[in-house]
Amino acid sequence: MAFKGQIVIDIERCKGCGVCLEACPMHCIELSKNVNGKGYNYTHTVNDNCIGCASCAIVCPDGVISVYKVKC
Amino acid sequence: MSNLDIVKPENLVYQKSKVLTENVMHYCPGCGHGTAHRLVAEVIEELGIQDKTVGVSPVGCSVLAYNYLDVDFQEAAHGRAPAVATAIKRLNPDCYVFTYQGDGDLAAIGTAETIHACNRGENITMIFINNAIYGMTGGQMAPTTLLGMKTATTPYGRDQKLNGWPFQVTELLAQLPGTYYVTRQSVHTPANVRKAKAALKKAFENQKLEKGVSFVEIVSSCNSGWKMTPVQANKWMEENMFPKYPLGDIKVDGELVKK
Amino acid sequence: MAKELKLMKGNEAIARAMIASGTDGYFGYPITPQSEVMETLMAERPWDPKGENYTGMVVLQAESELASINMVYGGAATGKKVATSSSSPGISLMAEGLTYLAGAEIPCVIMNAMRGGPGLGTIQPAQSDYFQSTKGGGHGDYQLYVMAPSSVQEMYDFVFDAWDIAFKYRNPVLILTDGAIGQCMEKCYTRDNVPRWTEEERRANAPWGTWGKPATRGHNIITSLELESSRQEVFNQKLQAKYAEMKEKEVRYEALNCDDADYVFVAYGTSARICMKSMELARAKGLKVGLLRPITLFPFPTKQVAELATRVKGMLCVEMSAGQMIEDVKLAADCKIPIEHYGRFGGIIPTPEEVLEAMENKIVK
Repeated sequence: MAFKGQIVIDIERCKGCGVCLEACPMHCIELSKNVNGKGYNYTHTVNDNCIGCASCAIVCPDGVISVYKVKC
Repeated sequence: MSNLDIVKPENLVYQKSKVLTENVMHYCPGCGHGTAHRLVAEVIEELGIQDKTVGVSPVGCSVLAYNYLDVDFQEAAHGRAPAVATAIKRLNPDCYVFTYQGDGDLAAIGTAETIHACNRGENITMIFINNAIYGMTGGQMAPTTLLGMKTATTPYGRDQKLNGWPFQVTELLAQLPGTYYVTRQSVHTPANVRKAKAALKKAFENQKLEKGVSFVEIVSSCNSGWKMTPVQANKWMEENMFPKYPLGDIKVDGELVKK
Repeated sequence: MAKELKLMKGNEAIARAMIASGTDGYFGYPITPQSEVMETLMAERPWDPKGENYTGMVVLQAESELASINMVYGGAATGKKVATSSSSPGISLMAEGLTYLAGAEIPCVIMNAMRGGPGLGTIQPAQSDYFQSTKGGGHGDYQLYVMAPSSVQEMYDFVFDAWDIAFKYRNPVLILTDGAIGQCMEKCYTRDNVPRWTEEERRANAPWGTWGKPATRGHNIITSLELESSRQEVFNQKLQAKYAEMKEKEVRYEALNCDDADYVFVAYGTSARICMKSMELARAKGLKVGLLRPITLFPFPTKQVAELATRVKGMLCVEMSAGQMIEDVKLAADCKIPIEHYGRFGGIIPTPEEVLEAMENKIVK
């Protein structure tokens, strides 16, 4: 069974630490070249490979990632 | 189905715990404190004990933990959290009481309070964040700083003759009959986060058993103090901290784990 | 314990009053000359439902005074009546906790049976912690409400009064006594037990307490930390307003033979008792001597001293110290009349005769 996922990032709370990038098995997140209101290069998704595993969210120190997932 | 169609309440599999407040944490990017706070909040939410939990924060980077965890909270003097928690629990035995302390607070200035709370077997949960440095005051040597490790007060590296050895306080506490559960975890990878959360959950649930202290050390990074990026710091932690502070259970159900 | 007349030590009276006044917890560490407080509590075992004196009160011997005052901080922050006791060197160790308690506005009761210092000093009685008790002790602009009993009966009664003040003002109360009153045995009328607060009473009396956040309120935070200076200043102003209200409403003193007095002793605690006899000796010689006994050291009976200074010829401050309270007396009297100090220290209690002689030599002349 395969899963498809999507993450929603609270960009203004993200500090751009990059820990989620290391945790993502599907390489679907990167740090943006743009910055948020605090000047951090926030995390964002770069492709549709997300499987909703929530690895990024559970290592995020600031709890900025919500994860959605469906079977497909 | 496009990915955007997935974002519906019924498909939500993970979000920040309701026991966390909306305040943005003051911690440096990538700091393990944030992850540890999140896990404490998730455990309190899942156990349904928000209305019975009282936390005690230390002096150090996590002095303001009360701004992020939506439970009743007391901020203790430096090192005294175990004494503060002792009285909260003794006078309010139905409450779930936890301390949250760093290495300087728990293993230097508060060593006596830590050891005696553990030796009395207080029915509390003690959470110990070990990042081998004094983060808040600018990165000085902590009792757990590794030999050779450079800090603001060991600029040439920790020298055993000058500064003594790194203090494995968790192993010491496991020897005391008053500790019931002693474990060492980390929160830098998804797998480690899951294990740490299970440990924290057990440590809170144990309070119902009235068998003594449940003690969870979380080996963490201080990328600012260590002068690395968050990702580099986590790698350095695996290579240098874990050999001295190996992960895993040290004491379970009052029995030392045989290695 | 029921209402009765008993012979007991001052330290024992403190312990029995704690049980009788519905105290929820006591955390202490042994130190001479006040160890009988915890010894009495341990013997009475008020936590034991099978004991004769069961109230549900928690009693614990801590590993240090540092721990015991921080246990008071933790327990009292939950809105319960929590107390400790110690003697001078132990109170020095507690100074950190006292300033946190005052800074977080936590009601509690602390007893100091003073002994001679500095350092480890002596185990005999002294009154050399007046500055420590009324001018700080710990860091920051804070005040304890300080009561000075001069008998075993007052040791007992002041515990009840201390709880009222502590919760009325959300402030720590210090009962400042010395080894003499702690150790001496006197008759004491005890009272019927006041029941410990019920859960509902605790919540009503301490809505700020950390007992677990119900859905009906936000989380309660007990802290003395405020990183924003403008807010810290506002908080300090609030504390000062509280102390000003205490000065206005909560001063206690005793004036003996002051109405017709030409000269007045100003003394508290054990020294006041010595002065009572000195006053008697003086009156027998035809010297019109009175005694002003401050019962609260903070707030100090400033107005009463000032009023006396307009109509007496001089005052002698008698303290078992090198002269500490005299500073408050002189400030209150505003240099209107001669004011001198007479004191013994290092554990020596002056005799009534030498105190009278000091009055004659230094003030009457």
